[in-house]
Formats: sequence, structure tokens, C-alpha cells
Amino acid sequence: MTDSDKGQPLVEIRDLRIEGRSDEDWNPIIKGVDLTLHKGEVLGLIGESGAGKSTLGLAAMGFARDGVRISGGSVMFDGIDLLAASAETKRKLVGKRIAYVAQSAAASFNPAHKLIDQHAEAPINHGTATKAEAEQDGMELYRRLRLPNPDEIGFRYPHQVSGGQLQRAMTAMAMSCRPDLIIFDEPTTALDVTTQIEVLAAIRDVVEQFGTAAIYITHDLAVVAQMADRIKVLLRGEEVEENETREMLSNPKEEYTRSLWAVRSFERPEKPPVPTDATPVVSVQNVTAAYGKVQVLHDVSFDIHAGRTVAVVGESGSGKSTTARVITGLLPPKAGQVELDGQILPPDYRKRSKEQLRQVQMIYQMADTALNPRKTIGEIIGRPVQFYMGLTGRKKRDRVADLLDQIELPAETYLDRLPSELSGGQKQRIGIARALAAEPKFIICDEVTSALDQLVAEGILRLLARLQDELNLAYMFITHDLATVKAIADEVVVMKDGEVMEQGSKAQMFTPPHHPYTDLLLSSVPEMDPDWLTNLLAERGRDNIGDAASDKID
Amino acid sequence: MTALLYILAALVILLALGWLARFVGQKATGNKPLFRDMPLAVAFGYVLGAAIVIAGIWYYFQPVTTEQGTPDAGVTFFHWAVHGFILAAIAAFLFRLLGRHVGTAGSKKLFRHMPLTAAFGILVIILYAFTAIFAGVLAPYGQEEVFAQVNALPGGDASVGGNPDHPLGTDQIGRDLMSRLIYGAQNTVGIAFATTLIAFLLGGSLGFLAATIQGWLDQVLSRVVDVLMAIPSLIFALLLMTIASAWAGSQQWLLTVYMVVIIAVIDSTRVFRLARAVGMNIVVMDYIEAAKLRGEGLGYLIFREILPNATAPLLAEFGLRFCFVFLTIAALSFLGVGIQPPLADWGTMVRDLAQFINFAAFSPLTAALPIMAAGAIALLTVAVNFVVDWMLQKSSGLKE
Repeated sequence: MTDSDKGQPLVEIRDLRIEGRSDEDWNPIIKGVDLTLHKGEVLGLIGESGAGKSTLGLAAMGFARDGVRISGGSVMFDGIDLLAASAETKRKLVGKRIAYVAQSAAASFNPAHKLIDQHAEAPINHGTATKAEAEQDGMELYRRLRLPNPDEIGFRYPHQVSGGQLQRAMTAMAMSCRPDLIIFDEPTTALDVTTQIEVLAAIRDVVEQFGTAAIYITHDLAVVAQMADRIKVLLRGEEVEENETREMLSNPKEEYTRSLWAVRSFERPEKPPVPTDATPVVSVQNVTAAYGKVQVLHDVSFDIHAGRTVAVVGESGSGKSTTARVITGLLPPKAGQVELDGQILPPDYRKRSKEQLRQVQMIYQMADTALNPRKTIGEIIGRPVQFYMGLTGRKKRDRVADLLDQIELPAETYLDRLPSELSGGQKQRIGIARALAAEPKFIICDEVTSALDQLVAEGILRLLARLQDELNLAYMFITHDLATVKAIADEVVVMKDGEVMEQGSKAQMFTPPHHPYTDLLLSSVPEMDPDWLTNLLAERGRDNIGDAASDKID
Repeated sequence: MTALLYILAALVILLALGWLARFVGQKATGNKPLFRDMPLAVAFGYVLGAAIVIAGIWYYFQPVTTEQGTPDAGVTFFHWAVHGFILAAIAAFLFRLLGRHVGTAGSKKLFRHMPLTAAFGILVIILYAFTAIFAGVLAPYGQEEVFAQVNALPGGDASVGGNPDHPLGTDQIGRDLMSRLIYGAQNTVGIAFATTLIAFLLGGSLGFLAATIQGWLDQVLSRVVDVLMAIPSLIFALLLMTIASAWAGSQQWLLTVYMVVIIAVIDSTRVFRLARAVGMNIVVMDYIEAAKLRGEGLGYLIFREILPNATAPLLAEFGLRFCFVFLTIAALSFLGVGIQPPLADWGTMVRDLAQFINFAAFSPLTAALPIMAAGAIALLTVAVNFVVDWMLQKSSGLKE
């Protein structure tokens, strides 16, 4: 298709400039971006966090968040200038002709109303349908999005359906007035891979069936490759390049785009097998644990040896983090035990000695909540140094400087900063330094890279690998991202519903034959190939992907 | 009935005027977004506000004395209020200007973003604190000194019943009101401050303890607090004060100590609830878990990890709680069981001079006697609320 036979573009953004307020100044967020979108076309917007993807997506609706202002340029939607349009005109467009799907459906639905009532709100307010018609249409859309029990699911409350279902219900809600444009803001980022694939397939079907134009915002290249006709890459508010999806994937022009494409190249060399008589640093033995009466772990056993990384993979709710809580002593198990260096650890952390506590450290997923926002970096890292090693004054300062040096942050600049003055990657490095300060043998890494951009995440993985080689640390690496597993793991434990499905060395895990569940997990990870989803659906059929398939395995 | 109809008709006319004003605005500015996107309700609000301001100006320029030669009390009081308001606004503005140019970089920045109300609040609080601390130096006479002239009117004008020696007048037994107001700052504000401090020490530490330990301790403490909160606080305080006054016997200072303890305990229940709720939100954070797993003790957890993150809501609550305590003490004193004479106290002063309010219609100056003490109470309460509002808005991160 050439530009001439597509006709008038649906969305035309020219030289858009957006500023955000921080303290007393207005800082540019978007620095003059152009965007053209035709009817029925899907545009992928990718970039790191802070690149201005979401801000640009919202600006395509003529909307700016609080503390953000559109300072220049124009946004035309189907011949209407959205920046000059009256509130009345915009009210008539938004929800009816332009719709928005947010990242977290769980946070965006009103928990006090049933799904179908929220679905029907837009058509009723815009006068396009009566309540009965809107509800009927909602059920039809639920059916097309392959939600289970489409006639009945709408009458549930948001907390009564799963995350992936909620995300699909939200897509259905966006479709309720058959809009010309839908903006998807990271709709699958918060979902497991097996759930993500279902949502992706559903969104793609619906967008194709109704000929809706879409802007698909994500930081995951493999996802955008499945969804978009064209891809636009953003970096710090500026466009890096834009091209057709296939062209972009096979032949990126800019250096930055190439670095994004190459990010998953890190992989550690395989280590020699552990001698059979070696004592594992941590040994989880037949652990069964429960929250109250609900049993969440069933007979879980695995060993972690010095200098090795064991990756524990599985969907959310599979018991990965619960296993970590049992090892740290936060959740005493109902049966079974945890050994450290061949010695049984007391089940409750309050009964463990200072020395035992020191040996087991933890790095958290959300660095924001893992660092006390009111303490300086020096205090955060200095506390375990003082607490365990008894160092004070000059010696403590030197040790903290050493630790900052190990995590590749210059001590003099960062010592007196607060966590809020650091970037996400830097915060995660501080979390690592705090764990190292205790000089442990064993560190639990709980989804440490999943909240980070890919480039930053790779830096963290390389840092962890280097520290392991230098200090002979043992890691338990909790993750749902198989690319991370490939990069860093020596051994893999696959968990589902609180049970270990399969365990073995990394090489074993990534070569067939697999356990059916491992196979499902592996096949659900999107690949950079734009035909991957199409091929997978053709090969397996709609009913053998995602939750539907996962439920069949038991 | 007709008055109601008049008001209704006036509102309808204002609504029409609002529509008209918006229409004219749209035409005159060439459909600027401000007028174009203005809902009718907002336009009505603007017109109503303008009408009230115009009515106020008209009323301000009415003659102060009626045709019969007596002073018109309504106009006089309105004059006082307007003058006070303008004076307060100017003082706040100047204070904020001062703050923007004097001090450290941090304090200058603070003042640059400060609304006028907050500047006013801070100024008033500083003045009250200054008065309370230096009461002995500032007051012209002692708080218990009795003079010959009783019921001297404020203003110091001998021709209308004042006395130049007592610029704010004297009370029924001839004590200088200005000195008593100044000493009242020390007594009332000082005792209220001490009471609030005790309430926070008690309620805050127990609340954090309940949030950190949870389990049965939390249950026991929370249920005890529930029971205490179920009884209306003023009536409960009155009841306990009656018992306490029997215990205290002739020792008046002991009664004041009992009052501080009673009000502190009653108010600590509210602080407990807040501290527990705030603490619960902080305790679930990963950095608390990290500290627990490090093997830190309870004291470190509460004072080094939780408290620094709870200061903003607690400080705001401290301001509000101070107002409530202060008003409770004034109310108890007004009812005769609070701060005991001869100590000067604003609540007691209002009670003692209360009957003069009956003269408001004939002699505004006479009515001013109880109003001064009541105004001192109201002013501090308003000032503290202004500051608390500003602090809450700052900590909630709202920009616009």
C-alpha cells in the first residue's frame, strides 16, 4: 500500500512538544515528534521507561496528565484539531471514537461495579446503544475475545476474574463503541507469558476484525513485532526511527535501535558439574507450606551449591516467592526443613542466630519499596556493615565506599543521595550492595530485573554474574522471564501450583523432550519473528495456548 | 415565606446573569478555552461571588451610626472584620515576602511556593509562641492584679467608659484584660501543647507497636481504644474531671495535672488509630522485611525505619489534634472544671465576660470584651488549620 490509496490519515501529530513540571521548572518530555496513523493500521511505540511513550499515546487523545502540558505542535484526529477542540467536542470523541486500554486492568476497573455495567457505560452515555443492546454486544465481544462463559462473566465483579481475563474485558470495553482508534498502553506487561499470549491473540483478532487503528505502546520488542504494522522507536522524547515492522527487525538503521535488538545476547558459559559429595549451601528438603489453611507448597526439594545460580521459574501463584519466604524464615513450613551448609536452620527467622541471618540475604523486585525512602544511600548500605561487622566511623565509611565501588557507582556522588534521586537500575544496584554488605554465602534474587528496562536489566545481570565469580556466591534466582534464565542460570527449577514440575541443568531444560508444562512455558515466550504468533496459533490451535492449555496439564 | 421567594428569585436572576456573562465572555474573547469550556455552574459561582463582594462593599459604606444617633452594631462589627481581614492579608504578604528574601536556600524555596493562607498561619503561630514564652515580659501587669476600675471598655477612651491605663479594658473584678490575654496564651496554649505532646507519645508509640507486632497485642489495644472512643469525648472528660476535682481537693494545681492526663489519654486514642493505620502501610514494605530479616530489634524498626516515613501525616495530625485539645481545654474551662482561677485562661475569660455579649446591639465596644478572648481561640485554631492544610497538600504531592 502506498500513502495515496490509504487516503486521509486518521491521526496526524506534527512537531508535538510536551513539557512536564518538576518542582519549579518545566522540562521537555516530548521534543517535537511527528506521528501519522491511517485507518486500520497498528503502530508500535517502543522505548525505555521515561522515553515518553505513554505521554505521546495520551497526547494522541488530546489529553495531558496532571503536571504535564502540551506546549506546541498539533494533534489532528480525522480532521479535528484536538488541541483546539472544546471540552464538549472532546467528550463526544473520547470513549466513542477513541478508546484507551491501560496497563493495569486491575487498577483501572472500578471494583464496586460489575464488568458489564462498566462496559455499557460508554455506549449509553454516548447514546449509541440502550443498556440491553450494550449488554448483548458486550457478551458478543467477550465471546470473540474468547473469555470463558461469555454470557455470564460480565455479571461478575473485577476481583472475581483473573488478571488476563480482566485485561481482555478491558479490551472489550474499549471496543464497546467500535472506536476508530484504540491506544493500548502496555496491556500485557503485568501478565505471565502464558496469559500474555492469549491476550495478544485476542487483541490482534479484534483489531483485525473491526479494522480499528491502534497505537500499541510497549517496551517488549518481541511483543510489538507480533502486533504492529509499523514500529516507531523513541528515546528521551525524540524519535529515533520509524519503519515497517519486518524492515525494522531485519534492518535497523540507527545505533540505538540495534543496541535494543542485541540486548538478549548475554549468556554465561556453562560450569562443570558439581561434585556429587559436595555439601550444598542451601538445601530445601521436602518443604510443605501453607498460608493459614490454604496449602501453597507441596513437597518442594532442591539444592543450591556454592558459586551456582538456580533459577526458579513459573507463573505468578506457582509458589516461587513462597519458597523464598520459607528459606528466609518469614513463613515457617508445615513440614520439611531448610539446611544451610548441612546444618538445619530454625524454621522461624526470629529463632535464627545473627550469623545464620547474615548468610542468607535477599534482593527485591521493586527497588522502590525495598529501600527506605527517608535514608541516604550511605545509611542504607552502612547499616548492615555496622550491624553484622561492628564497623563504625572511618572503617565503616571505607567499607561502604568499597561496596559502592563493587556495584560500579562512584561513592562520593551517591553516598548522600536519597533513593528517590536515583534511577531504577541504580536503586536495584543499591539493593545488591545492601545484600553484599552482610558478606553472605547465599542471595535470593526475587524478580530483580522484571521492573527494569532491557538494557538496564542486562547491566544488572552482568553485575550479578561478575559478583558471583568474584565472591563465589550462590544465587536463587526467581523469575518468570525465560530469557533471563537463559542468561544467568546454571540450574533450573520449574514450578507450578506449588509443586516442582521439573528440575535439572540449564542445557537439559532448554533441549527437548520437555515436561509438557515446561514446553508450554517455553513456547509462550514471544520471539522477534513477526510471524511467530501466527505460526504458533496455526501449529497449536486456539485452545492449546495460555491458561486453557495450562489447565489441561496436571 | 416572602423572604424565601425573594432569595429564590435573586438566585434565578444570578443564574441568568451567569449564562449571560459566559455568553458575553465567549463572544468578547473569540471563544477562548476558559469561557468556551466553562460549565454553567462555574459561571453561576463566579457571578454569585461577585454579587456577594458587591453587597459587602455596599454594606461597608453604610453609616456607622443610625439616624437615632446610636451606633449601628452590624456595620461596626463588619468594619472590624474587614479591617482585620485586610490587616491579616497585608501582614501575611509582608511575612511571605520577608521569608522569600531572608534565610537559607531551602527556606526561601519553601516560601516561594507557600500560599498566603499558610504564611498567615505560620505568622500567627510564631506570634502566639512568642507571646506565650515572653508573657511575663510583655504583660503590663500581673494576671492576678486587681485594679479599682471594673468593667472598663476596650479602646482606652475615657469618654466612652475606657481607661488609658488598660487599653483592652478590665473585667468585673478589675483585672487588666490585656495582661490576662497575654498570660492566657501561656496557660492555655502551653497546657494544650503539653497535652498534645503526651497524647502523641502515648498514642503514637502504642499505634506503631500494634502495627509492628500485630497479633493479640494489636487486638487488645485496638479494642480498648474502641471502647474509649465509643464514649462521647467531652462528656467523658467532664465526668472524669468531676471525679478528679474530688480527688484533688483544695490543691488546684493537681486538678490541672489531672486534666492534662485525662485529655491526653482521651485524645491519644485518635492518634493511636492514625499511627496504627499509617504504620500498617509502612510495615508491609520490603525495606521493613529486609530490616526484620537482618535481625533488627523492635526499637530500631519503629524509630529508625517506620517513624521517619510517618512524620508527614503525624505532623499534620499533630496540628489538628492540638486544635481539638486546645478547644477541649477552653470548653472545660468555660464549664468551670478546666484551668482554675486565678490563672488566666481564655475559656474562663469567655465564660466570665459572656453576659456582655447581650449589649452587642447598643454598645459594640462592651460586646468586644468576651469576643477578644473568643477571637484569640478562633484565630489560633484557624491559623493551625491553614498550616496543616498546606502541609497535607505538600505531602500528598498535588501540584495544581
